[in-house]
Amino acid sequence: MTDISPAVELAGLTKTFGPVTAVDGLSLRVEPGEVVAFLGPNGAGKTTTVDMLLGLARPDAGTVRVFGGPPSDAVRLGRVAAVMQTGGLLKDLTVAETVRLAAHFHAQPRPVAEVLERAGIADIADRPVGKCSGGEQQRLRFALALLPDPDLMVLDEPTTGMDVEGRRDFWQAIRADARNGRTIILATHYLDEADAYADRIVLVRQGRVVADGTTAEIKNLAAGRIVRATLPGADQAALAVLPGVQAVEVRGDAVLVRTDDSDTVARHLLTRTAARDLEITSRNLEDAFLALTTGTLTADPAPIGA
Amino acid sequence: MTVATSATTPARPVDRRPPALGGFSAAVLGIEIRRVLRNRRTLMFTLIMPAVFFLLFGLPQRGQELPNGQPVTAWIMISLAVYAAMVATTSAGAAVATERALGWSRQLRLTPLRPAAYVATKVVTAMVLGLLGVLVEFAVGAAAGVRIPADVWLVAGLAAWLGSLVFAAFGLFVGYLAPAENVMQFMGPVLAILAMFGGLFVPLELLPHAFQQIAKFTPVYGVGQLARAPLTGAGLDWVALGNLAGWTAVFGLGAARLFRRDTTRV
Repeated sequence: MTDISPAVELAGLTKTFGPVTAVDGLSLRVEPGEVVAFLGPNGAGKTTTVDMLLGLARPDAGTVRVFGGPPSDAVRLGRVAAVMQTGGLLKDLTVAETVRLAAHFHAQPRPVAEVLERAGIADIADRPVGKCSGGEQQRLRFALALLPDPDLMVLDEPTTGMDVEGRRDFWQAIRADARNGRTIILATHYLDEADAYADRIVLVRQGRVVADGTTAEIKNLAAGRIVRATLPGADQAALAVLPGVQAVEVRGDAVLVRTDDSDTVARHLLTRTAARDLEITSRNLEDAFLALTTGTLTADPAPIGA
Repeated sequence: MTVATSATTPARPVDRRPPALGGFSAAVLGIEIRRVLRNRRTLMFTLIMPAVFFLLFGLPQRGQELPNGQPVTAWIMISLAVYAAMVATTSAGAAVATERALGWSRQLRLTPLRPAAYVATKVVTAMVLGLLGVLVEFAVGAAAGVRIPADVWLVAGLAAWLGSLVFAAFGLFVGYLAPAENVMQFMGPVLAILAMFGGLFVPLELLPHAFQQIAKFTPVYGVGQLARAPLTGAGLDWVALGNLAGWTAVFGLGAARLFRRDTTRV
């Protein structure tokens, strides 16, 4: 029964903190087995969404279903586990003792030795938690999350505050574990992590989904170029209908055109209008990410995947 | 083909079920108790200090007798056993403050462990440490020559130990009130003052009348009186019993209320 349900189904999720709307009518469906990056800048509402997804926060409006039921049931049955940004560890225990203690909280835990091995911390098993680096503690949290052999693993900004080496070791552990069937949701503001790890990227901004597609689709955003020129009183409508044009924005005397066909736009601007100071720049994934998540050059809020 | 796949990946548990008793288990309890016993600070304040107090303040009274002919050293020993048990149970209960401050309780909310099982573990751990406090104090007393009837040892010990449940509740109450890592640093002096009002350090009869009247309403008074009753032959003291019941209710309900607020705060 539960196996035909989506792994995660969020519908119209809303959460406000005083005057701030952290999550604004967010809907998302994740099928079993998907590896999804939940990508957005700090403050986009990722962590609040993850908290609601795990039952750590209650939405003001909207519903959360995890494998067809409330998140608390999924947690109790060990179907979902998470590695959170916060979430402390007991400093007086060793790495192995922490895992051994947590194993008793589950009905059918994986063996402690196996979990330590898969998280890449078998060699520091006897180290007190208080003496572990941030990266090692994060891999310990990952080990704890592996105990129930969850169907859904949620990673919330798992490498924040880690040095380069720590990040590399952490991702090595995650990759080594990646196996068929486990659904993974990764909340991050690192584009490269989303790119390297996820099959699908969900871009969030101001508590809403602004783009949702396969990694390749999101990367296609980078295919365009931006043509910029000084042109007081530019006719936006005329520019918008040129072939390949995705968006037009006017900033003071400047006009910015996002397009697949920069030659046509440039030719039009230079021959049919009084445009001057023309610049053509190519865009990369970083630009696409910034454009979609910070609000510049977005003519239409959800241009991708539609 | 499918056989080969299922052999290389761990079999997914199909009949997932929640843990029995919400995750409360003897194994977790064992780990919790070992953790407490490994904490030198706790051992210092719950086991060693009360014993040293007895050697410093109890032994010089050797040879003195209570009005009913029982040794004064036994009176002091039982009082300090109550003190040891109350410090032990309070500090074990207040451990939730540390674990909340560290964020461990948040981590636990991502496991099948039920909050009630967590609190039950803390209470049982507190009572085990409390029992240890009483036993160590009695052992030191016996070794130093305290001789009283067997039934007095037993009943006074049980009263001191079971009465300390009120402080397990007190510790939890404080633990849910103040998520501070160093909560016992300010709880230590508070407990000492309460012990003073409870007549654990100095007999209340030696203190001013007003002090004695106030003392009857403070939380250590009941336990102290009840634990010493078998020795002094005072019989069942209804004021002391009411005091104990009242404070147990206050701290127990207070802790339960804060606990509920903590677990539903989402």
